[in-house]
Amino acid sequence: MTALGVAAAVAAGERTARSVAEDYLDRISAGDGEIGAFNLVLADEALADADRVDAALGRGEPVGPLAGVPVALKDNLCTRGIPTTCSSRMLEGWRPPYSATVVERLRAAGAVIVGKTNLDEFAMGSSTENSAFGPTRNPHDTSRVPGGSSGGSAAAVAAGFAALALGSDTGGSIRQPAALCGVVGMKPTYGRVSRYGLIAFASSLDHIGPFGATVADAAACYEAIAGHDPLDSTSIDLPLEPIDGALADGVEGLRVGVVAELCGGRLQAAHLVGTDAPAASGVEGVADDVLARVQDAAEALEQAGAEVRTVSVPSAVLGLSAYYLITSAEASSNLARYDGVRYGLRVEAANAAEMNVNTRTAGFGTEAKRRIILGTYALSAGYYDAFYGKALRVRTLMLQEFAAVYEDVDVLLCPTAPTTAFELGAKIADPMLMYLNDVCTIPSDLTGHPAISVPFGRGDDGLPVGVQVMGPALSERLIFRVAAALERAAPGNGSAP
Amino acid sequence: MSGRITRDEAAHVARLARLRFSDEELDELAAQLSAVLDHAADVEALDVTDIAPTSHPHPLVNVTRADEVRPSLDRDEVLAQAPSVDDGQFRVPPILGEAP
Repeated sequence: MTALGVAAAVAAGERTARSVAEDYLDRISAGDGEIGAFNLVLADEALADADRVDAALGRGEPVGPLAGVPVALKDNLCTRGIPTTCSSRMLEGWRPPYSATVVERLRAAGAVIVGKTNLDEFAMGSSTENSAFGPTRNPHDTSRVPGGSSGGSAAAVAAGFAALALGSDTGGSIRQPAALCGVVGMKPTYGRVSRYGLIAFASSLDHIGPFGATVADAAACYEAIAGHDPLDSTSIDLPLEPIDGALADGVEGLRVGVVAELCGGRLQAAHLVGTDAPAASGVEGVADDVLARVQDAAEALEQAGAEVRTVSVPSAVLGLSAYYLITSAEASSNLARYDGVRYGLRVEAANAAEMNVNTRTAGFGTEAKRRIILGTYALSAGYYDAFYGKALRVRTLMLQEFAAVYEDVDVLLCPTAPTTAFELGAKIADPMLMYLNDVCTIPSDLTGHPAISVPFGRGDDGLPVGVQVMGPALSERLIFRVAAALERAAPGNGSAP
Repeated sequence: MSGRITRDEAAHVARLARLRFSDEELDELAAQLSAVLDHAADVEALDVTDIAPTSHPHPLVNVTRADEVRPSLDRDEVLAQAPSVDDGQFRVPPILGEAP
């Protein structure tokens, strides 16, 4: 059942929120041993949340749009009094003294929080293998990764452990696992959803967004969490447009650009109307079967009445380098707060400085350390201008090029991830190979523009492929609408493994 | 794989970041970071002198709030999460003495 189906059944009195919660908790206890989506299952809390929804309904009080809907939270979202680990030894056992704004908003909408999901430590990774508590497995094939860093949230929705989930996206950490797990994942415009209570990785690129089995579910979740929050100084104070009414509107007359560089520069779009010359260069590693699904999606939009053409964003190929320089720099600063003093792990020593070193050396995993070192290096004297300073200028270049492209088209289309889900262990020893998973998702994190991944067919290995729709700032309504059209046209239209 | 970062440089940066590594780990780290920086040569080689840096995706001005007293986090709840507390304050080992 979809999240909206659950909410409708609960609101109509056809199901109690408790019976829904029990069903999902049963599925988690039966199946999560194999998948490992959760760091923590909140069975008692979920049943108590559900009982509150049922009691409110019993008293005839209004319940929210997500009444009784089981939701999973990525374990880098603070939940007051409930352990929040970031899948790191550094925060094992820590109980935040406040909840994230998105958590409060979900509860206000009537959602039932079933647990905290696994991630790459501090959201750094693309496979959920960098977790201190062990990897999450892909429900479609448990020898494969679910993607990352929000792999636990994506897997939880794909496996039916939760009807919705929240993730965070700094370089693709919602959209890439959504693609690999065959679910919908969306990253809003930077500032649209409050990050208050999201544990920081790279503050100028961190976003929170929803996972759902359907576009309508993801849209409902987005609407529940979006909007201005005075507790986040980067929050946008502009009214929200309702999404729901737009989903059935179709794409007649919309102008869609297929980004040649994000298709590896190889897209042969000669059959598409208004085709420009394909770009000579593109990002590395986009597989042929993924590219074929993007072509299929482009054709489906064309058949639905959109005007499709290829477009060029040359700086997109620079995104990966710019991203790793900027995020590592910001991470090295953000992670300086883990010093063994105020919260989390402390490994004692005779003096404070030695205690800091002992604590950080024991508390951080390999990837977090790698990024701290890269970031510290990139910010250090003599290298700042060559790397970090230039990366910030690439970001401007990219914003300029996307702005120019959005004068000619309404939305952009490209792969979400370059390949389908890969085997556990396949890329973990080679950081650069792992980083390439994010080549197609990184640009919209650098620009802060909204983007969504929708399942669209399967790869040659039978695993899900996601296609990505990107739009200009504040175009959430539009990208959900295009995503809904793609969902209607998707082959098989199945997300259940 | 180029040697853009040497073991000594990696060790220096590790000291700045308050992390400790074995020599073996430092060699591996230096090699991996060199590979990342090799990839970043595309950015390094770019002439972008005429382009202003963007530190943030949207132009923002300072956001302030009214200077009013409001409830803050509960002190006991916050201190309950600290590794060591003394008399309502965070307790740390001596800060003077041998640096690492």
